[in-house]
Amino acid sequence: MLPFVDSSATASRSIIEVSWFDLGLAFGLILVAIGISRWQELGLAQRFLIGALRTVVQLMLIGYVLVYLFALNRWYLVVAALFVMLLVATQAAVNRQPGASLRLWMITGAALLVASGLTLLYISTLVVRVAPWYNPQYMIPLFGMIVGSAMNAAAIAAERLHSEVRARQAEIEAYLALGATYQQASQDPVRHALRAALIPTVNGLMVLGIVTLPGMMTGQMLAGASPLIAIRYQIVVAFMQAAAVAMATAIVTLWYRRTFFTSALQLKLQTSVAA
Amino acid sequence: MAADVPSYQSAATTHPLPASTDLTSAFTLKGVRQVKGGITVIDDIELAIPHGAIIALVGPSGAGKTSLLRLLNRLDDPVSGEILYRAQPITHYPVQVLRRKVGFVFQKPVMFPGTVRDNLQVALALGAAQDQDADTRMVEAMALAELDRALCDREGDRLSGGQQQRVNIARALMTSPDVLLMDEPTSALDLETADKLMETTHRLSREQHLTVVMVTHRLAEARRTSDMTIVLERGRVVASGSTVDVFEHTTTPRIRAFLDTEK
Repeated sequence: MLPFVDSSATASRSIIEVSWFDLGLAFGLILVAIGISRWQELGLAQRFLIGALRTVVQLMLIGYVLVYLFALNRWYLVVAALFVMLLVATQAAVNRQPGASLRLWMITGAALLVASGLTLLYISTLVVRVAPWYNPQYMIPLFGMIVGSAMNAAAIAAERLHSEVRARQAEIEAYLALGATYQQASQDPVRHALRAALIPTVNGLMVLGIVTLPGMMTGQMLAGASPLIAIRYQIVVAFMQAAAVAMATAIVTLWYRRTFFTSALQLKLQTSVAA
Repeated sequence: MAADVPSYQSAATTHPLPASTDLTSAFTLKGVRQVKGGITVIDDIELAIPHGAIIALVGPSGAGKTSLLRLLNRLDDPVSGEILYRAQPITHYPVQVLRRKVGFVFQKPVMFPGTVRDNLQVALALGAAQDQDADTRMVEAMALAELDRALCDREGDRLSGGQQQRVNIARALMTSPDVLLMDEPTSALDLETADKLMETTHRLSREQHLTVVMVTHRLAEARRTSDMTIVLERGRVVASGSTVDVFEHTTTPRIRAFLDTEK
């Protein structure tokens, strides 16, 4: 079990507050990105500006929402917030898929729900032992990190599976023509999709703390927590993200592949072979 | 088996081939229509494909030859009409069983990762029917496809086009099929290699009593190898019958002109 960050031990180091004026100065940094975009004529200057404004507005809104949620401290509000996060993550994962459909939306939503839900349950009851069980101070950030990683991985998995099936149409049909099941015929595309979705997580684990100091850990240290406490949380986060990513990609890939085949084991694709 | 008077036949009106109840038919097609991308590629076809013969499907490109072939082992299903295999609706067979009895050789050979051995033995592994020794069956299939046994540990992608197509044929033979569907199997090969492959196909059909339905754009090949020829045009059967009859006695000018294109 992880000890909670002991406030008495960390209170000695206070946080340097960032004022609105300081934020204005920070905005100068985004001007660097806009400047480079202008200079190289990337056509991204306006998007950088919009992105920066959205960042400000979205984070301000979420800041107030979180203050509200923390203050009210009601289980149903926390559950509702987690559910909204899940829906937004699902939409973001499916949004730019080449094979986007209601079916893929359902598959991704279910995968994120199961993968993130089980991971959160494990972490909050066994590892961190959040009390009360819905404590928003823990549940919301933990779920955010879990569902965020699962969302990215699910999107990669679905996109990769779609493109692999397209590219390997001939191979898949050759398997089917030999009497293969759809699982056998799509084994290679599925493996490629799973690997593509899982490799960023594996690579992330390899360099954690050497190349990258993750945001959560950095945040805790900025907030005054001991690095030794911060790393323990970061280890928990890394493991829970790995579990959620693996579960989400497995569910998405194995379920999504079914949609490429008819019940008579025929490959369904828009582009059919010429007559 | 074939029409006595092979000439222009609107397939919808006359079909001189055996009726569906005739057990000598491998396949019987009744009013089969297929639509792809909003275009009718097979238009109301009535046809009987005899058992144990080599049948050539010829016709200009876009006539629906490949589309028709793909219906026979259910790589596609027609939008309407009925296809019988050995007097039973094709949909009555479990699709995987059907496909092991009705093999398919694609126009462009498909090599799975690994050696020739891997490529062949996967056909048995897929079926989980491990009742026969995989190596024995592989040697048999390689012999039938006239594939040098020394190649069996060679990586599949390092073979020539002709060898790859023979591996594809051998792989289709691994499941001991009754029918072999071949979609322009020689189109990527030089003439000499193509001729040898056709000789193999001919011998296979005779010795193994294998029904071969073969799409080809080489009319000379159809003429030399096949017992029966079916001419398709815009999704319709415009001539069918014994190969000799179709090539010698077709009188409809348009079809005659097509059949003479390679002379």
